[in-house]
Amino acid sequence: MLPDAVRLDHKIIYDVVEPGSRVLDLGCGTGELLSLLAKGKSAKVQGIELSEQAIYKCVERGLSVFHGDIDTGLTEYPDKSFDYVILNQSMQEVKKVDFVIEEALRAGKNVIVGFPNFAYWRARLRLFLKGKTPVTYSLPYRWYNTPNLHFLSISDFKEFCSEKNITIRAVYYLGRKGLVKIHPNLFALNAVFIITKQ
Amino acid sequence: MTTDKSAGIVKAEYFTFAEPPNELLLESGQKLGPITLSYETYGQLNNDKSNAILVGHALSGDAHAAGLHEGDKAPGWWDNMIGPGKAFDTTRYFVICSNTIGGCKGSTGPSSINPKAGKPYALEFPIITISDMVNAQRRLIDHLGIERLLCVVGGSMGGMQALQWVASYPERIRAAIPIATALKHSPQQIAFDEVGRQAVMADPDWSDGNYYGHTQPEKGLAVARMIGHITYMSDQSMEEKFSRRLKEKNYSFKFKTDFEVEGYLKYRGDNFVKRFDANSYLYLTKALDYFDPSDGKLIPHGKIIDTKFLVIAFKSDWLYPSYQAQEIVRQLKTKHIDATYCEIKSTYGHDAFLLETEEETHLIKHFLKKVY
Repeated sequence: MLPDAVRLDHKIIYDVVEPGSRVLDLGCGTGELLSLLAKGKSAKVQGIELSEQAIYKCVERGLSVFHGDIDTGLTEYPDKSFDYVILNQSMQEVKKVDFVIEEALRAGKNVIVGFPNFAYWRARLRLFLKGKTPVTYSLPYRWYNTPNLHFLSISDFKEFCSEKNITIRAVYYLGRKGLVKIHPNLFALNAVFIITKQ
Repeated sequence: MTTDKSAGIVKAEYFTFAEPPNELLLESGQKLGPITLSYETYGQLNNDKSNAILVGHALSGDAHAAGLHEGDKAPGWWDNMIGPGKAFDTTRYFVICSNTIGGCKGSTGPSSINPKAGKPYALEFPIITISDMVNAQRRLIDHLGIERLLCVVGGSMGGMQALQWVASYPERIRAAIPIATALKHSPQQIAFDEVGRQAVMADPDWSDGNYYGHTQPEKGLAVARMIGHITYMSDQSMEEKFSRRLKEKNYSFKFKTDFEVEGYLKYRGDNFVKRFDANSYLYLTKALDYFDPSDGKLIPHGKIIDTKFLVIAFKSDWLYPSYQAQEIVRQLKTKHIDATYCEIKSTYGHDAFLLETEEETHLIKHFLKKVY
């Protein structure tokens, strides 16, 4: 069992990944999730991260990481060379989302995408009643300092998958403390999609 | 400057091999022998001989990587990285550094006596490559009784040696740390080397390489070194170090050394000619330019390699730009080889690999802990 302090999205992803899987985390940050997967699931993990300071943390954790941008693609990784490619809270920060997703689906048998839901009810209210850009638990930034380049809802992503012929294998809707069962596009703060493309 | 965390008083050792008729076969097809390698070691080789780290030096470097020579004030060229508690912790690891063949710091090179002729080789010395340097190092490692090195590391030309070890003897190294280096020289890098060589060869004192016993081509070699130093710094580091500061109060309105940067380069050039052989400069830069294990030669097709890599580049290094380091990593990734890559933020240019020791130490320490 994972300790309680572990982030909900990490717990969900941890449970999804089978032991011994090959995992590539795009935008792996300080390597928290990869470290969990390496230790608890004996996963063969590697990450790509843009922040130099985060790279030092990853190396401290004994992880193999590449310091660089994911926007330029994953050309060095052969087709389906990973069981899981993870894009957790990093998809909304890349420039060319469709290209990066395509590359992730090419290099990985499965892709795990986690992102904040822009159609969360509080976000809707703030926009509708106050006429202001949403600030929520999952979208904590102000309009001028957000690293997010793309704002999307759960429905947007489902539509995207359908347009691109991407198969959705599973979806998890996350609230503040647990999973959201009803009207996720309204009540979920974050979503974690498991997608694949043959 | 050394602290109490120094590798202490060290001295060079020598290993001679490849005595005729068992000369070393070179990449060019020519043979070289006997060969002497000068080398130094720091720390203790453990009982199962599993803690040995080989350090490759850069173009103008030598076997004296750490500690102090008796009576010297200046420590070895990577003393801030090698020693007790340092990145290459000599209380844990046994560190070896040898002068490459073709060099002029105790190993066989163009200034060594050619036993067949009874005088220095000069241009009779065969052209050597990075692969030849590594083959010679391998003989030293054999001699020291080490089956498998824990790690091969080096910056610049030393990084090429680390890569060549992977290409030549992957089963004999557990980890490689190529720093500020490339799989092959770009035309720009070749061009800088060629200008340096031309400067040496244009000096009348060069005399087709036969200057031993006379003055060496000091002017030409100094110019080559000055060009080198420009490429080792960055626009920003030069601005910080010299700006447009003058040596005197005003312009001299003569062709004198007005600017501090001019004085610095001259000083560096003049110092270099006192300690480095001009022909060695030609041979070693040629070896740099010939190096090219790209196109699958780094890891031949079908070969399974479990060597782990830490590849390091520096942001302001325009002589060995980070795209070249990334290319190394790309080659490794396509072969499913475990590699970590970091581009350290630095303003020092190519020299950063000798100066940004805090960041390098952090990366290397943890990386070695994982491997050892």
